[in-house]
Amino acid sequence: MNILVCIKQVPDTKIIKVNPKTNTLDRSSAPTILNPYDAHAVEEAVRLRKEHGGKIIVLSMGPPQARLAIRKCIEIGADEGYLISDRRFAGADTLATSYALFKAIEKLKEEEGIELVLCGKHAIDGDTGQTGPGIARRMGIPPLTNVIKVEEVDLDKKLMKVRRKIENGYELIQTSLPCLLTIEKEMNEVSYSPLPNMMRAARYEPIVWTVDDLNDVDIKQLGLKGSPTIVGKMWPPEKSSGAEMIEGSTKEQVEKLLSVTYEKRELFGVKGGEKS
Amino acid sequence: MSEKFDVIVVGAGPAGTSCAYTAAQKGLKVLLIERGEYPGSKNVMGGILYRKQLEEIIPEFWHEAPIERPVVEQRFWFLDKESMVTTSYKGLEWAKEPYNNFTVLRAKFDKWFAEKAVEQGALLINETVVTECIVEDGKVVGVRTDRPDGDVYADVVVLADGVNSLLAKQLGFHKEWKPNEVALTVMEVLKLPSKTINERFNVQNNQGVSVEMFGDATHGLLGTGFIYTNKDSINVGVGTTLSSMIKKKLKPYDLLEHVKNHPMIQPYVEGGETLEYLAHLIPEGGYNTVPKLVGDGVIVTGDAAQFVNAIHREGSNMAMSSGKIAAETIAKAKETGDFSERSLDSYRTEIYDSFIGKDLKKYKDAAHTFEENPQYFQEYVPLMNQAMNTFFTVDGTPKWDKQKKIIAKMTAGRGKIGLAKDMYKAWKAVK
Repeated sequence: MNILVCIKQVPDTKIIKVNPKTNTLDRSSAPTILNPYDAHAVEEAVRLRKEHGGKIIVLSMGPPQARLAIRKCIEIGADEGYLISDRRFAGADTLATSYALFKAIEKLKEEEGIELVLCGKHAIDGDTGQTGPGIARRMGIPPLTNVIKVEEVDLDKKLMKVRRKIENGYELIQTSLPCLLTIEKEMNEVSYSPLPNMMRAARYEPIVWTVDDLNDVDIKQLGLKGSPTIVGKMWPPEKSSGAEMIEGSTKEQVEKLLSVTYEKRELFGVKGGEKS
Repeated sequence: MSEKFDVIVVGAGPAGTSCAYTAAQKGLKVLLIERGEYPGSKNVMGGILYRKQLEEIIPEFWHEAPIERPVVEQRFWFLDKESMVTTSYKGLEWAKEPYNNFTVLRAKFDKWFAEKAVEQGALLINETVVTECIVEDGKVVGVRTDRPDGDVYADVVVLADGVNSLLAKQLGFHKEWKPNEVALTVMEVLKLPSKTINERFNVQNNQGVSVEMFGDATHGLLGTGFIYTNKDSINVGVGTTLSSMIKKKLKPYDLLEHVKNHPMIQPYVEGGETLEYLAHLIPEGGYNTVPKLVGDGVIVTGDAAQFVNAIHREGSNMAMSSGKIAAETIAKAKETGDFSERSLDSYRTEIYDSFIGKDLKKYKDAAHTFEENPQYFQEYVPLMNQAMNTFFTVDGTPKWDKQKKIIAKMTAGRGKIGLAKDMYKAWKAVK
């Protein structure tokens, strides 16, 4: 079963700063990482390959330095990595991105079959979660979002059973193959990569394609031109107020914490209680 | 058996990267293993990079290396509680090529340096901890890492794993360092606009200052405080021997706060936003604590070999030179295919013939003398301040009387002979 995993290099949003004037992300303030959900997707691909064989191909759209994110996927265990990189892709929203990735997938499919496409649930810089389903729609295969477990794979019947996370529980669902899954963190633990993978990744050079390497591309659907998304207004979320910093020596802090906890004991569902 | 290399270098700091760079340049197959997320992410020093030894590895590196500022002025402050005696040298020849030394931020510099080694052909693996050397028939033949399938083999393993060098310790090359053989240094990187730095330190945009502080910066303990100017930040820190800190029950962070709030220092650091807080051990045992440097299939370099000249706060340069010499030794051994201790021993002799061995020998008793005789920092620095105060305060006292008073004060504690003895002892320690 050949598996394609779509991945993205993102700024580490745990560290990133927001420009207070424009409310946009200051991308230079944070290092770039492989989108964490995508790491789980690659890990799942490695697990499925162990059971069902096949090849894992990683695909990403981004600037040349996105090579590093692809190398990270090789560390986890992917076989090959492709990067589509071209100024004409720049400024793309999820619609244009899914179009560009779809065009690259079409090209990949000329060489070999793809039975399964995996994406992270969403990228941590945009949080939209639209690119995966967008790709599935263009490929004409079923998208299953927020998947937390692959229950069964039947390659003969071309069927797969997966467990999805939904708002009030789980959904067990059977789908035909090929299909596209978007992966939640609960799916697996990303394992500590073996040393041979690390050495292979350190030497690995992804295959880079420009727009011209793809077939029948409608330039109008790429990049900024192909992106109907308009950002109307941006504002930071309101800061929650009411927090109080407990300061002083360790002893003072402990005493203050105890007395506050006692005063607010009804918050913890504790009734009565006499101060001793 | 997994892939085999000519050289495995453990640790991508100045020593390890210099070794990997030089070895790869000589056509050897090199694996460089770093435990941090990237080279530099875990590496710490005060912030002075010396030009000469890196230039011997990468000529005119300053055109492309991420340096902060060339140092054009070295200041020395002898601090009392509310005063200081200072001396300094400023030379504009240091502001021009080939420069003397530079300030750097290690997270940026080490990353760049390791990339240069990769360009030469070294294979760099990050986020991987070497847990032990693989020893077969008494000979080091590779390393074991904490990763699955983590064994990897080489003709020679170079230990550049830093001050604690657990690997050299495992091999029995040295014991656990004693508290008086290592210094604990804590520092902060404070963000300040470059214009503010230029004004406060009286320099132009592309000029830097290093300040070394003695006396009250360390509460009179054996050690120094420092300020180094980066482009738009400054490094301020302080270090003393671990034994002093233990004896005085000092908390490192309290000591750094004391330095930052000292009335002589505070105006320079005021308003700086803390970007990073760093702490690190520095090997300061010197000549007498240098471990066994060479074994069958293994060489020890840099901090792991205690190559630090505490008096001149040199370390990264010694690390680089030792890494380079190690690589050259291995390349020579490769010609004969003999990687035994005897064959690699020319590393040891070359180290002792170089400035590393000579400088370490010159100061071999210095740290001990100053540690055993706390009067230098505790008493003489305040006395220097009092002498200056007495001499320059205009209060109608004739200068002859002032001089007498100063001499009386200087000799009050230890007597004329005691003072002379102390001066001789200090001179002997650093001569």
